[in-house]
Amino acid sequence: MDLRTLTYLVVGASFALYIAIAFWTRAASTRDFYVAGGGVHPVLNGMATAADWMSAASFISMAGMIAFMGYGGSVFLMGWTGGFVILALLVAPYLRKYGKFTVPEFIGDRFYSRTARAVAVVCLIICSVTYVIGQMKGVGVAFSRFLEVEYDTGLYLGMVIVFFYAVLGGMKSITYTQIAQYCVLIMAYTIPVIFISLQLTGNPIPQLGLGSTLAGSDGYLLDRLDQVVTDLGFREYTTDVRLSSLNMVMFTLSLMIGTAGLPHVIIRFFTVPRVRDARSSAGWALVFIAILYTTAPAVAGMARLNLIETMAPEPGQHLVAEERPQWFRNWEKTGLLAFEDKNDDGRITYTADAAENELTTVDQDIIVLANPEIARLPNWVIALVAAGGLAAALSTAAGLLLAIASAISHDLLKGMVFPQITEKQELLASRVAMACAIAAAGYLGLNPPGFAAGTVALAFGLAASSIFPALMMGIFSQRITREGAIAGMIAGIGITLFYVFQHKGIMFIPGTAFLGATPPNWFLGIEPNAFGAVGAMVNFTVAFAVSSVTLAPPLAVRQLVENIRTPDHAPAAHDLELVIHDE
Amino acid sequence: MSQLNEERAREYWRRNITLVIKLLLIWSVVSFGCGIVFVDALNEIRLGGYKLGFWFAQQGSIYVFVALIFYYARKMAALDREFGVDDE
Repeated sequence: MDLRTLTYLVVGASFALYIAIAFWTRAASTRDFYVAGGGVHPVLNGMATAADWMSAASFISMAGMIAFMGYGGSVFLMGWTGGFVILALLVAPYLRKYGKFTVPEFIGDRFYSRTARAVAVVCLIICSVTYVIGQMKGVGVAFSRFLEVEYDTGLYLGMVIVFFYAVLGGMKSITYTQIAQYCVLIMAYTIPVIFISLQLTGNPIPQLGLGSTLAGSDGYLLDRLDQVVTDLGFREYTTDVRLSSLNMVMFTLSLMIGTAGLPHVIIRFFTVPRVRDARSSAGWALVFIAILYTTAPAVAGMARLNLIETMAPEPGQHLVAEERPQWFRNWEKTGLLAFEDKNDDGRITYTADAAENELTTVDQDIIVLANPEIARLPNWVIALVAAGGLAAALSTAAGLLLAIASAISHDLLKGMVFPQITEKQELLASRVAMACAIAAAGYLGLNPPGFAAGTVALAFGLAASSIFPALMMGIFSQRITREGAIAGMIAGIGITLFYVFQHKGIMFIPGTAFLGATPPNWFLGIEPNAFGAVGAMVNFTVAFAVSSVTLAPPLAVRQLVENIRTPDHAPAAHDLELVIHDE
Repeated sequence: MSQLNEERAREYWRRNITLVIKLLLIWSVVSFGCGIVFVDALNEIRLGGYKLGFWFAQQGSIYVFVALIFYYARKMAALDREFGVDDE
């Protein structure tokens, strides 16, 4: 069977599965729609969280980024996993105990203020929309590369699928389809690299293979990699620091606290039955994530080595252009790989020196996408990688869309504009909000705004500097006031946006950056993507300062904080009607 | 499902926070410490083909993170039972 038919079959089967699951698990109430009825087993929720969390960027791009950054790419590995420790220890159990549906709802209750809730909704929508654009693009790209359909057609198809299960079933359907999507994506990710690890080192476990000796020699794989990259003039793979240690610490920290502040991840922990399930479920989520995240460095290192050995078959020799392998030719067609024989010697010179380098384009995504072909694996593995990439993008998109839809229907409509609507009306409203969110995300995927390139990094910076500190102060302090929290969120998100825009352009429009986008212009050498942690510190400082000069929160709020700190069902402050003072 | 008196509640919270601080200390030592700040020194030591600092940054810290969460979940479940505040 040819590759194209096989890919259609595998992707088609996975889609049929998602739709079947959506039918079985339709939502009957708002509780089903927002939190899957609150009855998801912690291990299953962990699996769903892993799919929710691992986006097209994790699946398609991350290994490639590490392959070309070497040690410096570790910030993504530690940042995007370390955040789950914060989630499990500082966020998830308390918000699960609080026991309502959305993150802005908690912020509104804890800070006894509709304004605080509205600010949280705005922060949530900015983070989630910027993030979802990347997923929609991922869906379109995966379709166009593997199924050879137009990017637009691929995007529409993706929208229809998500529409189907997200609108029908809300969180309930999303949860169970995410579990299926996790299984698809993890198989697609690990199978190729198991074979590659076997070929290179004789060890089938990639995490061990990366630290092993190369098959048929007693030299270690990583030593060989260090040697070949330095021979070509690149910096040593295993020690290539990203700008500076301080920058790496700040970048890692920003990704960690951004992870712990992203609403679409937090709401997954509202779906488990008990507080202790929220704790263990975060552990299970990280187990399932770690399977991919500890494999990614092996994909990165091995693919980089394979790429270089293809480009330079013997030390000091360059690949003869006419002898380049078939996978090379295949990926040239997509524009992800390109060369230009600058010195007309019939060979492709690959070197760190930009003037002499003839491998002019190597897109980082190629590392994962071309992996099965480089290792000469059978066609069904390539088809599986296509289904895996789509599963990663769709599962994250669905989770984000639910966070957006529930913020609109539950926080804005029910919470602020029309508090008198019935549950049935709210359920309808949440479905309509979901449909609108999908349409908007699709539109933005078709017409990506100027800032689309920097979006995912921006989403983390914003979550880290606005939502995360508000949650921390809401849970761990009884003294932070409404005024303090609002001022803190605005200051945190404000300074982060300001820093990103001044170096990367206002709304990322080229030419509007009023300070340069190069390291000498950066505050303490911290790159814009790593600034969320600084924004968070500003948020904390402002919130504490303002709180110290404003009136302490009312008694009911202090009782709410007491109440979320223990798991038991003692008469709760939030069962009392909280008095909302502002307007 | 007993409601705690104020003193017991404070004790429960104090023990929770002590545990959280200990675990977060380990969390920051393996990631920011071993993975970034002290990476050069640790790279002098080898773990098979891995330089140890590089291993912490790309493998070891993640394994430790997983262990920390399960340890916390287990300890807290025991603490909940001890104080009679588990949500059964």
